Amino acid sequence: MLDDFFIRALLAGIGLAMVTGPAGCFIVWRRLAYFGETIAHSALLGVAIAVLVDLHLVIGIFVTAALVVLAMYYLERRDTLPTDTLLGLLSHGGLAVGLVLLSFFPNMRVDLQALLFGDILAVSHTDLAVIWGGGVLALGLLWWIWRPLLAATVSPDLAVVAGLKPERAQLVFGILLAAVIAAAIKIVGVLLIVALLIIPSASVRRFAASPEQMAAGAAVVGMTAVAGGLFASATFDTPSGPSIVVTALVLFILTRLGRTLPAGDAR
Amino acid sequence: MLVKATDMGVRRGERWIIRHVDLTVDRGQLIYLIGANGAGKSTCAKAILGLLAIDEGSVERIPALKVGYVPQRLALSPTLPLTVRRLMTLTERFPSSRIESALAAVGLHRLGDPPVTTLSGGEFQRLLLARALIHRPDLLVLDEPAQGVDMAGSGVLLDLIQDIRRDLQCGVLLISHDLHAAMSSGDDVVVLVPHEHDERSVGLVDPYTGAARQGSGQN
Repeated sequence: MLDDFFIRALLAGIGLAMVTGPAGCFIVWRRLAYFGETIAHSALLGVAIAVLVDLHLVIGIFVTAALVVLAMYYLERRDTLPTDTLLGLLSHGGLAVGLVLLSFFPNMRVDLQALLFGDILAVSHTDLAVIWGGGVLALGLLWWIWRPLLAATVSPDLAVVAGLKPERAQLVFGILLAAVIAAAIKIVGVLLIVALLIIPSASVRRFAASPEQMAAGAAVVGMTAVAGGLFASATFDTPSGPSIVVTALVLFILTRLGRTLPAGDAR
Repeated sequence: MLVKATDMGVRRGERWIIRHVDLTVDRGQLIYLIGANGAGKSTCAKAILGLLAIDEGSVERIPALKVGYVPQRLALSPTLPLTVRRLMTLTERFPSSRIESALAAVGLHRLGDPPVTTLSGGEFQRLLLARALIHRPDLLVLDEPAQGVDMAGSGVLLDLIQDIRRDLQCGVLLISHDLHAAMSSGDDVVVLVPHEHDERSVGLVDPYTGAARQGSGQN
C-alpha cells in the first residue's frame, strides 16, 4: 500500500508540520489567525499570476503572499483603518482578482479542488525538495528571530528598550509565513492551511511550561496529524487536506478530555 | 547626566500631547514625574526612552545607556506559557545566578517557578521590576509601578526602588500619582500639566519648600 506517491506526500507533510508547529504558536500567541487566512486566500491570486507568467505554482504563490505581507506591513502604519478591515480587504480582494484573472484562461487546466483542499497525488520530487529545503531554511530563520519575536509578542516596547529589533523580526516572520503557506498548498490546500497552523499549538498549550516546549510539542502533534490524516486518506479514499485537519481536530479533542487545569492557567 | 530632555514636545495630529518639557535624570537621582490622567506622563517616558519620535525640542542620552523599563500595562496572552524565570530572560540570556539575585532583590526568589499568570498583582509588578534590573541598568524608568497594589504593598515597592537605586547607583524616573510620596522621597519632581492651558507645561516643584519653579531638572 505504501506507494511512491504516498511516501512523498508523507515526507512532504512531515517537513511541513515541522515548521507549521512553531510558526503556528506565534499565530496563536499573537492572534494572527486572520492574518494567516489572508495570506492563504491571496494564494489564488498567486496561482493566477503563476499561470500568467509561467512560473512554478509554489513560487508564484510565495511571491504573491510575500507582497500581501509587505502591503499589510505598510498599510498598518499608514492607514487608520482597523487591522481586521485591512486584512479583509486584502484577503477577499486578492481572492476575487485571482478568480477573475483565472477566468481569462479557460484553456488552462487549474484544478481548483486540489488548490482548495490539497492533493497528495500531486506531490512531485521537486515539491519535496522545495518543502524540505524551505522547511530547514524556515526553521533556521525562526531560530534567528525567536528572541526578538517572542519579546515583541509580550511587549514591543520592552523589546526595543532592550535593543532588539521587533519590527524586523515581525516582518521576517510574515515572509516566513508566506513561504510556509505556499509550501502547504499541495498538502492541505488554501482553505485549510490555517487549521494546520493553529490546531496543533492549541492542542499542546495546556501541557507546555515554556514557549519552546509549546513549539516543539506543536511540531510533534502536527507531524502526527499529517501521518494519521494521510493514512486515513489513502485507506478511505478521502481528500488529503480535510483528512489531516480532521485528525488534528481529533487530537485536539483528545487533549481536552483529560483533567481540567486550575482556572487562570489555560483558556 | 544620563538623559536630558529639552523643550520636548510630542504631537498627535494637530494636538500636542506634551510640550515644553524639560527634564534631566542624573546617575543616582530619583526623579518623580507626576500629573493628572491625560497629562502625558507615559508619552513623556516613551519619548525619553526613544520609543516615540518627538516633534519638537531634543532628547539627549549618553552613549550605550542601559535602560530598565517597567511599562504601565503588560497584557500577557493566556495562550503564551511563561514562567517567572523564563520571563527574566525574555530579551537576553542570563546565567541563573544572576536571575536568582535579581529575583532575590525583589523578594521573589523563594517563589519557585510558577506560571506568571498565577502571580498576584503585587508579585507581578515586583517581577517586572526584577526583569528590568537584571540588565543592571544605568536608568530605570518605571511607569506607575504601584498601580493595582494596595497601600502597604506600594510602600514596600517604594522602599525596594530606593534600595535598587542605592545598590546599582542608577538614575530612576518614576511616574506616579502620589504627590505625597514624591515630595518626601524624590530628588526632583516634574509636574506635567495638561496642555490645554497652552502654557509651558512643566514646572519643577522643590521637594523641600514645595515651591514651583521653572527650569532644568537639576537639584
